[in-house]
Parts: sequence; structure tokens; C-alpha cells
Amino acid sequence: MDIAFVIEKFVLVTIIFAISLLIAMYSTYAERKVAAFLQDRLGPDRAGPFGILQPLADGVKMFMKEEIIPSNANKWLFMVGPGLAMLTACIGTAVIPWGSAITIGDRVIPLQVTDINVGILYIFGVVSLGVYGVMIGGWASNNKYSLLSAIRAASQNISYEIAMGLSIIALLLVTNSMSLKEIVEQQHGWHWNVLYQPLGFLIFMICAFAETNRAPFDLPECETELIGGYHTEYSSMKLGFYLFAEYINMFVSSAVMATLYFGGYNYPGMDWVLVHTGPVIGPLIGTLVFFIKIFAFIFFFMWVRWTIPRFRYDQLMHLGWKGLIPLAIANIIVTGIVIAIIEKF
Amino acid sequence: MEPLTSKKKVLEQKPLTFAERMYLPAIAKGLTVTFSHLFKKEATIRYPEQEREFSTNFRGMHSLKRDEEGKERCTACGLCALSCPAEAITMIAAERKPEEKDLYREEKYASVYEINMLRCIFCGLCEEACPKEAIYLDGPIVPADYLRKDFIYGKDKLVEQPLNNKQ
Repeated sequence: MDIAFVIEKFVLVTIIFAISLLIAMYSTYAERKVAAFLQDRLGPDRAGPFGILQPLADGVKMFMKEEIIPSNANKWLFMVGPGLAMLTACIGTAVIPWGSAITIGDRVIPLQVTDINVGILYIFGVVSLGVYGVMIGGWASNNKYSLLSAIRAASQNISYEIAMGLSIIALLLVTNSMSLKEIVEQQHGWHWNVLYQPLGFLIFMICAFAETNRAPFDLPECETELIGGYHTEYSSMKLGFYLFAEYINMFVSSAVMATLYFGGYNYPGMDWVLVHTGPVIGPLIGTLVFFIKIFAFIFFFMWVRWTIPRFRYDQLMHLGWKGLIPLAIANIIVTGIVIAIIEKF
Repeated sequence: MEPLTSKKKVLEQKPLTFAERMYLPAIAKGLTVTFSHLFKKEATIRYPEQEREFSTNFRGMHSLKRDEEGKERCTACGLCALSCPAEAITMIAAERKPEEKDLYREEKYASVYEINMLRCIFCGLCEEACPKEAIYLDGPIVPADYLRKDFIYGKDKLVEQPLNNKQ
């Protein structure tokens, strides 16, 4: 382990962290703009030209607000909750392959922080840990309505994790590897996994909506029904962390969906481009295409939010347990049968 | 009980088909409807750069009018103050001096004429009551301010029509 390796990983981690925070920050702006355009109005456009500086204004507002901690709240847990939510949101970006390796001089630098061979399981574990942030927030608020809302949020999260895992199992039958880098490399050109696993993708996407507490599954935090839900008692930057962690989660979920099903940094015609643009620019173009896919997914998240009405709690549970799990199991069975038949011939 | 009209709509409660129960076609249709709104014109008016037009009968800020020779019409008769339901108008009458003949139409005029814009409800009864056609509510919306005392509009400040080139 030489010093150059440490430096290169350190720089990569810093860049990825900064980019994910920047994208999450401008996701808040994009959410308001997209919501406005879908509703025949303009979004924020007073802070800077076209309202570009609006996220900075929101950040400053969050810092400047008064910090209120309820008197009977558990102080330590109250502070740990948002921190845990932010932590689990950010560490999900560590295993995603952002591009193929770039070659500078005689060093080959892979554009992925770590390529562990259980990449999918890591992502899955991080998503499961995310439930703690919500539950601790609800418990530490010393507010029975926050607790109820946190329990609802936790139950929603764990119900949809199961269907997500089952749809990933079907994907593993196709790809034979849990390492995210190998999954992406198998989707070279246009052999994207969505063509082999369309139903699996649909199930995964619905579960991603539920895991990020987004769009029709946002019962835990909808303001009309539960005031603030699990983050009612939070103010200033702790609330900012919860809201920000949600956007980072959205970004990471989009990145995972693009990686697993839509080919990551692959695109049709990439061989020609890689040959003609050299060892540094070529992979970066792949990274650019990856980010375009991520932004398309983020736009889809926002698009769905303003189209579909919210699920009621029992409808949500019904869909998760009685709808998606049987469907995902059927998907596994059909995938297994098809693979066995193909291997025979 | 018999229905009261002959227009009766019979709703058929058919069970949902498989496509309907899946909700995916309905969701896709909803998504196209929402997407089409991205390309429609926004309904937002960018105030204060753009303003909406008022109707012709809109009642805005008051203005005391002058006649063709530039003399003030108001004679401080007090009918507007009497008719004001919010008691927003107060005035002090004064006698016209011989050297002020070009300023005021009749021998009595209002030396102090104040409208409290916070009390005023912009009903227009003062405009209807004035026998001299002196007060009209044809100005813009009263702008915002910070102190209560700045909302009592006096005669010289804001309630007067600006002098035309005769004076």
C-alpha cells in the first residue's frame, strides 16, 4: 500500500462526497423547479439568475434558525438520529462504479472507491441501517405522534426491503456475481439488465420509491397527515440533515438503479468513443453518461411525486407484503427456469 | 322515493379488469398528462415587473381632482366623511383668501384633508357622495409601509392630483 494509492483513494472519496452533496443540494432546487413546471407555474427565480442560488439561501436559513431541543427528549439520541441518517445515506456511494478506469501516465485509477465482491449486499445493508436514523429520531423526540410516525416509517422500510432483496436475487441469477463492477461490465454496449429483467426492475424501482420515503409512499413525512412525522420536533440543521439525507438517498438509489439495470457507465457505441478519445477522456464520457442516467431517474422520482396520490397505510402494507413479494418470488422462479432451459441448449 | 329530475345517471359497478387492477396503464396515462404540463405556458405573473390589469370599475387609491382651470374642486362640505362607513376621512375647512382665487373654486376649501388608509375599505361611497365630483378612487393599490402613522395620507402628500401645466 504505497502513498500514491492512499492519496488517490482520498482524492476520489473527497470528490465523490463533494459531488453527492452538490447534487443533493441542487436536487432540492430541481425538485422545486420541476414541481413548479409540472404545475404550470415558475419555481424559485429570485435568488440569483433563474434562482440558481436558492439552495445556498436555504442552507443559510437552516443554519441561522434557532436550535430547539425538547426538554424531556433524550439529548444524545436526539443528536445521533439525523447524524445516522446522513451517515448511512453518504456511505452508500462508496461501492458504486462511477466509470471504468482512467489511465494517467502508467497508473490505472479505477473510478470506484472500493470494489468489494459483495457490493450489492453492502448497499442492501446500508439501506437497512437507514431505518435506524428514522426510528431514533422518532423515539428521541419524546412526542407520541412522532413515535407513531417513526414506527410507520420503519415498518414501511422493512416491508419493502424484502421485495427489493428478492428482486436482486433474480438479478444475481442472471449476473452470477454480487460485485457491482462485474455487473456493470457485463452490461457492455446496450446489453442492459433491464432487457433481461424487466419485471425485476419494476419491483426494484417501486421498492426504491418506498425506501427513500418518496412519491406515493411518503406517508411518514407528509405534512397534511402527520404534521412533520418523525422530524416534527427537529429544527435548524438537524432538520436540515434529515431533509438532506432524503435527497442523498434519492441520489444513491438512482445511482444503484442505473448501475444494476441500466448499464452504469455503458452506452451503445462506447467502443468507438473509447478508441477515439484516449484513456482519460473516454472513461469520463462514460461517467457523464452515467450521470445523465442518474439525473433522468431523479427527474422520474420528481415526476411521479406530482402524478400519483399518496398510499394509505394499509394499502401500502398490502402492496408490499401481498403484492410485491409474491411477484418477486414468481420472478425468481421464472428467471431460474429460463436460465436452466437456456443452459441446457 | 321518486327521483326529482328525469336526468339520472346510472353507474355501473363493474369489477376491475386485470389491466385496471395493475394500475400501471393508469399510472402511465397520468404520467403523460403531467408531462404535457411541462410544455404549457406558465400562469405566473412576475410581480413587480409584470402586473395584472384591473377592471374599469376597480377602486384604488383616492385622488382629489381639479377642474379645467387647475382649481381644486373640493369644498370641504364633509359629505364624504359623513358617508364613509369606516370613518376614515377627516377635514378642516378654511375660507379662501382673495389672493388664493386661482387655487380653489369656491370660497370654502379644505385646508387639511386626511384619509387614514388603514381604516379605508375602498367602498367608493365617498366618490358617490361627493356633490362636486372632487374625489375619485382611480389610483393604484396603496403601497405597503412600515409605520401606522405613515398611512394617514394628507392633502399635499398623496391625495392630490398632480398639477397640470396650467400652474
